[in-house]
Amino acid sequence: MPFLTSRSSTSYSAPAPGWLGWSLAAASFAFLGLFLALPLALIATEALAKGGRAYLAAISSPDSVAALRLTLISAGIAVPLNTSFGVAAAWLVTKFEFRGRGLLLSLIDLPFSVSPVISGLIFVLLFGLQGLLGPWMLAHGLRIIYAPAGIILATLFVTFPFVARELIPVMESLGSEEEEAARVLGASGWQVFWRVTLPNIKWGLFYGIILCNARAMGEFGAVSVVSGHIRGQTNTLPLHVEILYNDYSFGAAFACASLLALLALVTLGLKSFIEWRGRGASLEGRP
Amino acid sequence: MPLLLKKPSALPGFKWALGYVVLYLLLLVLIPLGGLFFKSATLGWAGWWHALLTARVLAAFEVSFGTALAAALINGLAGLPLAWFLCRYEFPGRRLLDALIDLPFAMPTAVAGITLATLFVPQGWAGRLLAPLGITVAYTRLGITLALVFIGLPFVVRSLQPVIEELDPAVEEAASGLGASWWGAFWRVIFPELGPALLTGFSLAFARCVGEYGSVVFIAGNMPMRTEIVPLLIITKLEQYDYAGATALGSAMLMASFILLLAINHLQARLQRSTQ
Repeated sequence: MPFLTSRSSTSYSAPAPGWLGWSLAAASFAFLGLFLALPLALIATEALAKGGRAYLAAISSPDSVAALRLTLISAGIAVPLNTSFGVAAAWLVTKFEFRGRGLLLSLIDLPFSVSPVISGLIFVLLFGLQGLLGPWMLAHGLRIIYAPAGIILATLFVTFPFVARELIPVMESLGSEEEEAARVLGASGWQVFWRVTLPNIKWGLFYGIILCNARAMGEFGAVSVVSGHIRGQTNTLPLHVEILYNDYSFGAAFACASLLALLALVTLGLKSFIEWRGRGASLEGRP
Repeated sequence: MPLLLKKPSALPGFKWALGYVVLYLLLLVLIPLGGLFFKSATLGWAGWWHALLTARVLAAFEVSFGTALAAALINGLAGLPLAWFLCRYEFPGRRLLDALIDLPFAMPTAVAGITLATLFVPQGWAGRLLAPLGITVAYTRLGITLALVFIGLPFVVRSLQPVIEELDPAVEEAASGLGASWWGAFWRVIFPELGPALLTGFSLAFARCVGEYGSVVFIAGNMPMRTEIVPLLIITKLEQYDYAGATALGSAMLMASFILLLAINHLQARLQRSTQ
């Protein structure tokens, strides 16, 4: 079998020139090599440049562990909350026709078009000392900015659309007949959701959750604005990477970065798996 | 509630879902964003312009929008052949390559930032090869553009792929039946079909690149007037307790993104109409 074959679906049209395929292949591999393979290779090399022991020491230092902990906590809060929102929003938008539906759809997408730095800024302007609620919060001893609460809020904001966005097209294409039938047969609202809707949307839901999680754990700009970069307290893993890098601790910075790169690769792997599963399911057809 | 519902539904939960979704949106998105505009309003029209019309701010806008535009154009130019290659050719590793296209989406921006910076400093793996040619990437606008090309790539490829997959083979057949060469068929028949998706991908990449922060700051050098992007200037102003300046910049940036978003939605609506 030749290395490169055209997948052109028809034999009746003029064939693409043979050199085109090879030059496309060369250009694509060069471009992707530069932008995708080289960065991954660099992360692995730099992280392990001083040996496995230094690598383990870097990722198990107290500051790194504290940063990892905060990253896991904020994703652990933001992902379930945004998942619950995504499911409710998808149910609302796909099962009912109501006034303002279009507006709601655009509002759900809104955080995607806001710069990460502005996503942090809005919470500083609201809860910071100079902010609208700042004096009130100071009087009540509440802290959000330069505290984990602010990091969680900023993470919630930037990861807010992911689940809803994946679920809405899935639920739209499934329609409502099965749910309506279950209703007629006497199922309660929750029974309809758990036994009919959820099994149908589980892969789409999982897809949305892993994308939401990847962004929640990897977010940098928004949390950078609200964090204050207090080591051991308000540093997430991406912020910790920045501090190490700016301190010229490149080995440690890339060691921590390798954990995040691994997260990205696992996310891509799961994503491909779900796409493959989804394709399989649609080929089998639903019973 | 029946006031809102256009059609009665056999399914329950409208009230609860609507209440939850609207409350969540209000608390997390609308009130905080409203706060930014409220804060800008307190600056007054003159104060707002005063904060924006400084040489440093204007230079930052020029850097942000200029590099984002250049990066989105490169993404469009590189993304079309790449998407075509992935859709129309079969080769070992195609699935892996296709999955890797999303790496810039999944990779935390700070990791992308330090990696690209380390690759392109003059001693880096790629910088070492470019230095003898007199090309400096790190700490220049070229470096910013490069980081943005990385970030914007998936938008163009992912916008094009479904359209390329669904091109009607009958149209290509008809074109060659009428005597068109492959290139003739591509430019006259296929390219116009891909145009709207290419434009959508380009605008999505541009919108993302304009606000990008994490992947850029490490490679940008961040010199005021030369390689300072707007998001970084906002952070600098916050660190100097210049809340008025940060607010004015933030609201100007946000308005620019909203206008872009409206343009993209308009484009996608037209795209859907034309394919139906």
